[in-house]
Amino acid sequence: MPEVVQSEVLHSGSELLRVEGLGIRFGGLHAVKDVTASIPAGQITAIIGPNGAGKSTFFNLISGFYKPTSGRIVFQGQDITRLKTHEVVASGMARTFQTTTIYKELSVLENAMIGHRVRTRAGLLDALLRTGRERRDEQESRDAAMTALTRVGLAAHAARPAGAMTQEGQKRVGIAMALASNPKLLLLDEPAAGMNPEETVSLMTLIRELVAGGLTVTLVEHKMSLVMSLADHILVLHHGQKISEGLPAQVSRDPAVIEAYLGSHAHGGQMGQTATGAAPHA
Amino acid sequence: MSTFLQQLFNALALGGVYALVALGLTLVYGVMRVPNFAHGGLYMLGAYLSYAVLTGLGWGYVPALIISAIGVALLAAFMERVIFYPMRNAPHVHPMIAAIGVLFFLEAAVQLVWGPDFKQITEPVPGIVNVGGVIITWQRLLVIGASVVVMLGLNYFLKRTMTGATIEAMSQNREGARLVGVNTNRVGMMTFAISGALAAAAATLIAPIISVSPSMGEVMNLKVFAIIILGGMGSVPGAIVGAFLLALAEVFGGYYISLDFSDVIGFAMLVLVLALKPQGLFKRGT
Amino acid sequence: MLGNAGTKSAGAGRFKLGTWGWVAVFVLAALVPLFGPSGYLLDIGVNIMIYAMLAYGMNVLLGYTGQLPLAHAGFFGIGAYTVGILTLKAGWSFWLAWPAAVALCAVLGLLLGLVAFRTKGDAFSIFTLGVGVIIMLVINKWDALTGGNEGLNGINPPAGLEVLSKGVGLKLSAGFYYLALIALILTVLAVARARGSVFGRSLIAIRGGEDLARSAGIDVFTHKLRAMMLSTAIAGFAGGVYAVYVGFLGSASAGPAMTFTVLLYLLAGGLGTLAGPLIGPALLYTLTQSLKGLQDYQYIVFGPLLVLLIMFAPQGLAGLWMKAQARRELAAVTGKKGAERA
Repeated sequence: MPEVVQSEVLHSGSELLRVEGLGIRFGGLHAVKDVTASIPAGQITAIIGPNGAGKSTFFNLISGFYKPTSGRIVFQGQDITRLKTHEVVASGMARTFQTTTIYKELSVLENAMIGHRVRTRAGLLDALLRTGRERRDEQESRDAAMTALTRVGLAAHAARPAGAMTQEGQKRVGIAMALASNPKLLLLDEPAAGMNPEETVSLMTLIRELVAGGLTVTLVEHKMSLVMSLADHILVLHHGQKISEGLPAQVSRDPAVIEAYLGSHAHGGQMGQTATGAAPHA
Repeated sequence: MSTFLQQLFNALALGGVYALVALGLTLVYGVMRVPNFAHGGLYMLGAYLSYAVLTGLGWGYVPALIISAIGVALLAAFMERVIFYPMRNAPHVHPMIAAIGVLFFLEAAVQLVWGPDFKQITEPVPGIVNVGGVIITWQRLLVIGASVVVMLGLNYFLKRTMTGATIEAMSQNREGARLVGVNTNRVGMMTFAISGALAAAAATLIAPIISVSPSMGEVMNLKVFAIIILGGMGSVPGAIVGAFLLALAEVFGGYYISLDFSDVIGFAMLVLVLALKPQGLFKRGT
Repeated sequence: MLGNAGTKSAGAGRFKLGTWGWVAVFVLAALVPLFGPSGYLLDIGVNIMIYAMLAYGMNVLLGYTGQLPLAHAGFFGIGAYTVGILTLKAGWSFWLAWPAAVALCAVLGLLLGLVAFRTKGDAFSIFTLGVGVIIMLVINKWDALTGGNEGLNGINPPAGLEVLSKGVGLKLSAGFYYLALIALILTVLAVARARGSVFGRSLIAIRGGEDLARSAGIDVFTHKLRAMMLSTAIAGFAGGVYAVYVGFLGSASAGPAMTFTVLLYLLAGGLGTLAGPLIGPALLYTLTQSLKGLQDYQYIVFGPLLVLLIMFAPQGLAGLWMKAQARRELAAVTGKKGAERA
């Protein structure tokens, strides 16, 4: 069956990324253990779970930031388990970070241009000799960065220092940096963290637009309101292991999921948010 | 065989001194994340303070060692307050550069006060002793004994006292220690003071064997940095093992290969280890 | 781990005298020998330019890439000794030995980087410091090749430089001044091009946060290696000029003290700026020379100065100017924003 799937990679719902028995140990601790799951193309997949469930670690594993101690990762039919982080980006996967981790001292445009570096080849010699490749790559970086900024609605702010943008603006800069690498899969680590409800809604709109444009998005998120209304597909981790996977409606009724959230005292409130967060869903 | 034992004793004495200097450096790195390039300067200053107490005041060796240790500890604590504590959130190269500035200042200042010439500290217990056919100077025995005592004391302090436990906790996990409510503010200063005292004690112990000069800190600096990279930066057992490894390599390398290049052997070891294991021999737990 | 992505440093490269500013500076510098200055003044000029080249080389790694390389003077020494040995012992022309020295330094820089960049941050600096000491020790002990403690004596001026100088009615010292000036101009041009390129932007990204750069798709290791090669090649380039200029080489010029002096000059001028590596040596070298009493105990003053600079003005003089400019820009931006709201 997987062979058939590979030929249909671009169809919505077919498998874009698959992890098999994925795990990582830090010292004696299994932060992520034996997770097998897949991320369908053209959809929004959310990874949720109580605090310390291993969501961020899982994210760092698929983006090549950590190297797994067991299992493998297959992206677009290619085994990327042992690739270096920048090679993973080159293969078509880009990510943002939890906090507004961008180059605050550089301009918004330069941030996005840095994201396009993986698609250019001009090196030190090209720079010293001002070769044609250097000039082409520079122009291409600028164009790609402007396209990415347009997609996130920041084209008008290109020249501003990134650090002078609002929290939400900085999140968008981070997304533009990722988009400039021309990814198939965009990984967002808690995109709504530190944002007010208004900003969150506007960010959700942006994510939907990106997916409508053919991108696949996977996100780790704490805000259940956002997850339930945005995600097409949900993956639930608990103690580093997958306990449930499926449509939002299915997952939220899964006894294992409910138990995990109730059992984790600090996060009882998170599931509670589903009720209050139901409004934007409609 | 007796030559071998003789060299072994020399290596143990040298390793003891290296360990004392390296321990302070690795503790400061563990707690403050500052590679203190001024550490060699503190070591050198410790030797001069002892020299001053011995010749200027005419006091004995033990008071000289204690006064010098206290003096350098105070200076190190002052340095932490005025320079490194305010820079705790700066990019990591900044405190390194500041430490280089301090090293330069200390060397120039010592040279201004005591001049560039070599100084000699006389051995507190002169003469030699015959240990089962091996001839060894009393001073080397003293160095070995004293460094073992100081290391045991340090171990007791780190394991059995509240402040010591805090230092160890912080060197292993700074954020964690902050969360548990440890006063991280004062711990840095304490650690600097301890590192200064250890360096001064080491310098006073070895001063009668080598001679005292303003540049003695530079060489020691490089060696102890090599040691703590070898042992894993911030690791206490790593520093001790690294110190004795380096001393053994230097003494036996110098004896069996070439004395000219005994100083280079440590760095050759370092290059080799880093090429194979970039994290050092003892990776720190995070 | 990622928190240091936004360092406090203001954007590098924004501080530019502008191309015309640089042309003006270099034209003025080129006019100096025509007014028949004393040999002493020209000597100060040449020394400043050699130090400036070294500072530019260090700036590539420290200012742009965020790595503190402490073997820098070692490569200066290797460049100088390569020129000295090739011209004296192998009978090469300076004009061949000079590029050979630069190429050797680039290759050795690559080899050093392959090992040194396996370590990160602090360990990298300490490691390179060790390598710097080894280079100095090897130069000092390899009597047969380097003359050891005695040094290397009697390196001749470059072929044709004297004839050329006399031909246009100038002294040899003026000829050396022009040689250093041309080398400096080439250095500034190379560094400016590297900084303003796709490659240079990636270095700035690495400086801002290695983990972020890696996640943004930058091959951090390869970029650091290239930066190291450029840095050591420039150090060797400066070493070549130094060798023929002083005609005598000793191992001290390759040691850590030299590296630290360059570091001080660079910090005073401005880390990560294009003008800083020139401003720093111009001010501090002149200051050291004019205060004769200072020379013996200069580090009584320069040690604390280094500490104060890194604590309160890590971007140096050029950085202070840049910060003021950024504040004006920000005021303009927020002013405009306020106007839009109103």
